[in-house]
Amino acid sequence: MEKAVRKERRVFMTGNEVVAWAALAAGAVHMFGYPITPQNEIMHYWRRLAPEYGRGFLQTEDELSAGFTAIGAIIAGKAAFSATAGPGTILFQEPLSMAEMMRLPLVLVVQQRGGPSTATVIYSQQEVTLACFGGNGEGMRLVYSTASHQELYDYTIKAFHHAWSYRFPTLVLGDGYQAKMREALIIYDPAERGWEAIPAEPILGPERIQGGGRPLLHLRNAFSVEEELAEVLREHLDDFARAAPELVEYEFTGEPGAEILVAAHGIVGRAARAAVEELRAEGRPVNFFRAITLRPFPEEALLEALRISGGAMLVVESAVGQFGRMARLAVAGEPLRSFKTLYRPGVGIAAEEIKEAVLA
Amino acid sequence: MSELSMPRCWNRETKPHSFCPGCGHGLVLKALGMAVDELELAEQVTFACDIGCSLLAWNFFNFPSLQTHHGRTIPVMVGLKKADSKRVAVAYMGDGGGYSIGLQHLVSTAVRDDPVTVILVNNTVYAMTGGQMAPTTLPGQKTETTPFGRDEAETGFPLKGPELLAGVVHPEAYLARGTVAQVLRLKKTIQKGLETQRKGHFAFIEALSTCPTNWRTNAAATWSFLEREMSDYYQTAEIPH
Ligand SMILES: Cc1ncc(C[n+]2csc(CCOP(=O)(O)OP(=O)(O)O)c2C)c(N)n1
Ligand code: SF4
Ligand SMILES: [Mg+2]
Repeated sequence: MEKAVRKERRVFMTGNEVVAWAALAAGAVHMFGYPITPQNEIMHYWRRLAPEYGRGFLQTEDELSAGFTAIGAIIAGKAAFSATAGPGTILFQEPLSMAEMMRLPLVLVVQQRGGPSTATVIYSQQEVTLACFGGNGEGMRLVYSTASHQELYDYTIKAFHHAWSYRFPTLVLGDGYQAKMREALIIYDPAERGWEAIPAEPILGPERIQGGGRPLLHLRNAFSVEEELAEVLREHLDDFARAAPELVEYEFTGEPGAEILVAAHGIVGRAARAAVEELRAEGRPVNFFRAITLRPFPEEALLEALRISGGAMLVVESAVGQFGRMARLAVAGEPLRSFKTLYRPGVGIAAEEIKEAVLA
Repeated sequence: MSELSMPRCWNRETKPHSFCPGCGHGLVLKALGMAVDELELAEQVTFACDIGCSLLAWNFFNFPSLQTHHGRTIPVMVGLKKADSKRVAVAYMGDGGGYSIGLQHLVSTAVRDDPVTVILVNNTVYAMTGGQMAPTTLPGQKTETTPFGRDEAETGFPLKGPELLAGVVHPEAYLARGTVAQVLRLKKTIQKGLETQRKGHFAFIEALSTCPTNWRTNAAATWSFLEREMSDYYQTAEIPH
């Protein structure tokens, strides 16, 4: 399989193009996809580039099939992924839940669009709950929320590595603005930054030797008794809890004695950062927190940030409390001086509005 | 069943199997086991079973096997085959999984001529969930959701899968219907299905099967329903296309 990116270079691309290049650079072998705006160009770019680098593509009959064909390829030991949005993210809960149960490293890029249902093809941050907890289980997934094209590139690469290393399905959240907008970034060969090849291997078959030297020949998704399931889930939950400290990522800037902490994720985090910088320039001490992993959630870091910020927080998101609920839960029990929200479901948020909300 | 008659690729540790007495699933899996043994394919086969009574087959064989998600066994095997074309992919499912919740996958896979072998067990009911109407339930047949008999005016006619696919498959694809009443013939049919996949084409075999538990039939009535009602409605043959 030929390397797609050898020399580091500065490029100016749409977010969808970035994802296609990131997946190629990471060493993904197959993409399975079904058209939905605003992610279509991920598929288009991948489809055109894939043959040059010895990679595969299949346009499936729906997102269920996209997810389950990817799972089949993964079981055969190949890094495979898909991309979707909105109603497609709903259908993806089926394969994601199977991937959670069977610990399959399914990678899914979600370019969030307005919801519920068909709504808009434009933009939102309304797919957070679905991305984190959409399955009929406990949310045993890794979810990254990206704020720039550079992060789309970096975290798509990371998603493949962590999915295969930790064996949890992994989602990269972008949104329609990021998907369609052009921005400068550096693309690079992941090997140059210390990422070895994706640790992919057949998940089922004589090659896969388990404890006692027995080959793994039978993979299960259904259990007959409660105790059997409980035992398996306990192991998964423990693995997730153990991995969480290694996986959580966030951005924090601030100092003790601030009047408030502004918390956000994704590209709203960018507007929030800009608002905080302007307020500081005007002499207002305001702190800033951006969650990069939504699963596992950077709970302790947020709590610490809130303490430094004197117990006052403003949560900003293009949804009604999907991120806010997780933030609120992370600081539950902590005495709060104030908890303000700026929620705009399916609508972009400018730095100016965030400034106003801080000052209100 | 005696030790001697057990196909070599069967996993002895999981026998006797856990299907109900008189269930046809075991006979379909016997035909598959014999077909794989005779073609010496045990090293190549990966077997995936759907959710339905087919899930009981998850550790039935000595080859790599997995349970999937209801209706989604075909795409899992399509993806597996795409990623590793040396494997022989067998997707095993019920009539609910293949003809109802997963029908879009069956038709699309047939249209694309994906090189996988699909074996679908037609027992005229959703067995695992307690005997509801399936797409294959016969006119007048009583099930939990057709307690007065299937009314075609309301629910349409039973779906004939291979005949449905005949309109869309590649000329080299293989379509057939067999029955557990003729296990050796069923084995030959499955062999052709496996060989078709190895030649790079799609193969689909429906097996008429029995579910005495949900039919609430004794041995004689079970056999008679299979051999008369079902076989009258569903032609057991290779389906021309
Ligand atoms: C998405 C989903 N819907 C419903 C079910 C419940 N369910 C389990 S098995 C089954 C039907 C099985 O019938 P069939 O496919 O005919 O297999 P059989 O048990 O008759 O062999 C259903 C509806 C499920 N597991 N998943
Ligand atoms: S319920 Fe029917 S199909 Fe299921 S194992 Fe029993 S007899 Fe077989
Ligand atoms: Mg059935």
